[in-house]
Amino acid sequence: MELTGAQILLESLRREGVEVVFGFPGGAVIDIYDQLPNYPLRHVLVRHEQGAIHAADGYARATGKVGVCLVTSGPGATNTVTGIATAYMDSVPVVIITGQVPTPLIGNDAFQEVDIVGITRSCTKHNYLVKDVRDLSRVIKEAFYLASTGRPGPVLIDLPKDVQTQLTEYKYPKTIKMRSYNPTYAPNPKQVAKVAAVVRRAKKPIIYAGGGVIASEASADLAWLARSFNMPVTATLMALGCFPAEDPLWLGMLGMHGTYAANMAISNADLILAIGSRFDDRVTGKISEFAKNAKIVHIDIDPTSIQKNVPVDIPVVADCKSFLTALRQTLEPTLEAEPAAGLEAWNSKVAAWKVEKPLSYNQEGTVIKPQFVVETISRLTKGEAIITTEVGQNQMWAAQFYAFNRPRSFISSGGLGTMGFGFPAAIGAQMACPDRLVIDVAGDGSIQMCIQELATAVCYNLPVKIVILNNGYLGMVRQWQELFYKKNYCATCLDVAPDFVKLAEAYGAAGFRVTDPAKVESVLAEAFALPRPVIVDVVVDREENVAPMVPAGKSITEMILV
Amino acid sequence: MRHILSILVENEPGVLARVAGLFSGRGYNIETLNVAPTLTEGLSMMTITTVGDEAIIEQIVKQLRKLVTTLKVVDLTDVKSVEREMMLLRVDAEGSKRAEVLRIVDIFRCKVVDVSPDELVLEVTGTQDKLNALVSLLQRYGIKEAARTGAVAMRRGMQE
Repeated sequence: MELTGAQILLESLRREGVEVVFGFPGGAVIDIYDQLPNYPLRHVLVRHEQGAIHAADGYARATGKVGVCLVTSGPGATNTVTGIATAYMDSVPVVIITGQVPTPLIGNDAFQEVDIVGITRSCTKHNYLVKDVRDLSRVIKEAFYLASTGRPGPVLIDLPKDVQTQLTEYKYPKTIKMRSYNPTYAPNPKQVAKVAAVVRRAKKPIIYAGGGVIASEASADLAWLARSFNMPVTATLMALGCFPAEDPLWLGMLGMHGTYAANMAISNADLILAIGSRFDDRVTGKISEFAKNAKIVHIDIDPTSIQKNVPVDIPVVADCKSFLTALRQTLEPTLEAEPAAGLEAWNSKVAAWKVEKPLSYNQEGTVIKPQFVVETISRLTKGEAIITTEVGQNQMWAAQFYAFNRPRSFISSGGLGTMGFGFPAAIGAQMACPDRLVIDVAGDGSIQMCIQELATAVCYNLPVKIVILNNGYLGMVRQWQELFYKKNYCATCLDVAPDFVKLAEAYGAAGFRVTDPAKVESVLAEAFALPRPVIVDVVVDREENVAPMVPAGKSITEMILV
Repeated sequence: MRHILSILVENEPGVLARVAGLFSGRGYNIETLNVAPTLTEGLSMMTITTVGDEAIIEQIVKQLRKLVTTLKVVDLTDVKSVEREMMLLRVDAEGSKRAEVLRIVDIFRCKVVDVSPDELVLEVTGTQDKLNALVSLLQRYGIKEAARTGAVAMRRGMQE
């Protein structure tokens, strides 16, 4: 059967199991939009292409499926670049389809032309310019395969307008043949045996989990390992929820704004099991001081992540799930004959650190503390909501004070730190999980970067909640200015801001404002119960800081605690 | 330290840009780069010489391998290999200079590939050191133009 390029695209998306496409039309994709109603795909019309890519990203993070984003050429394509880079840094599987000017015009500076393949080469896992309609179905198959296998990531397909209208015989490939792409999933058995041996010998071990644990759905295996060997668990921002916060072995996040217990434990450990994490500079602090006495085991599906930042004693290139399964198969049969060491001394030391300097704040008086708001959200939702965040203080408070118990529940721009990410990502997550409560913890600065997506949330009746921790500042930068730049608050005070309650109402959403600590819980509960989008504008302490904090370039044990 | 990387890639548009972009995007420098199709249809071989310590070269090799269009990356610095570069030189060879230039041509086993009344175009192949030595010798006669290919390299047979 002969189909046009546009039909081939949509039919192939259907065959890939795509249910939702986040997009924004334009001249260079009008032929695709013309065919869209004929296919069982739900299209979500966003208000800005950045919203489309973040929503596709949020959808992917909430489900593990590939998120799909469809935009036009030129400005449509370039508006997605921030979101593509966000997905790339956090290894999120997204396929981006961009329209392109007709092939004869490519390179002529035609209207709405950009070399988006060139622009996104360094922030996609791979990208394609399809110049022949006969290549299209293969390219789509490859794009979905590349996005979702190995270390996941964004893959872009640039589709010229004339290719969308050309006809060709349609045959969707059943298999993939890519001689140059063979990710390693299974670990080397010898390396697994080495890891098993060091796990047995360790007196002061710690698991340092990363986003790879969530991407590979390895949480249950991680929990088995931790509980079987009494190993405390810390995690990166990307991995929150991979291990239940209510478990006594949980230490909280580590690094620049990590807990005292996590930073002390990793600094004093004799064995670090780094699983699907990449020793980001926000985690390690001063590299030369990082975990000086520990043997480091690093498991990652991406060989480039291993040895990149810290020297590693036992490198294992593997998918986290495959590795943990193999390790369990090695260790489990021996447990009966040789029970795991109790590690009482180590565990009591770790427990003491937790008690000694826990995350804390002081909610007294009439001013609302932002941490109190997050803790209240956590309590009201029993750690079961999907929390997305913007970037900055709001993100760190959400990471610190919400007790995540399930994977794929914390959705945040970790690697790129993209302000404006949280709300459109929440829209994507809510599309993916209509039955779950989705809450964007936002700052008054960040939320203004993609606030126009309120129209999208209202239009599709997505009951996303935005809780703005409103301190009238670009809070994290203000905090740095206070601590390291002699309180030179240059360009961080947001003197003029919209009335967020009226703004919500203007878009057709509900709006609440809270200024009294005594009312935080009741207003949040009321907002969460409403079956529609809501903004809760919480006016919080203007100068509250995120603590602990490790100053840039310092060791992670050198924490500013208050 | 100077490293020679031999990179087998798919022969398709944009591959060179991906490889070159990987270097520039991470602040690594390409000293020489040579690329041409191999005898296998659809594949090209790149030879890149670059400078870096072991950690940098390890990252470069891993990052190159990570590219979806890369089939194989070998650091030829670690194995016994042969390396050649070709250079064309337009040299001033007017009057009395000509005999001396031709004598050097003989010693370096160059070929004269073009002759005109006052200049010669020479073709020479060899290691980078040999080519550099020739350049420094001929400079006194006047090198008007030079074109170098950059190294191509291949591992030797009978590797242990």
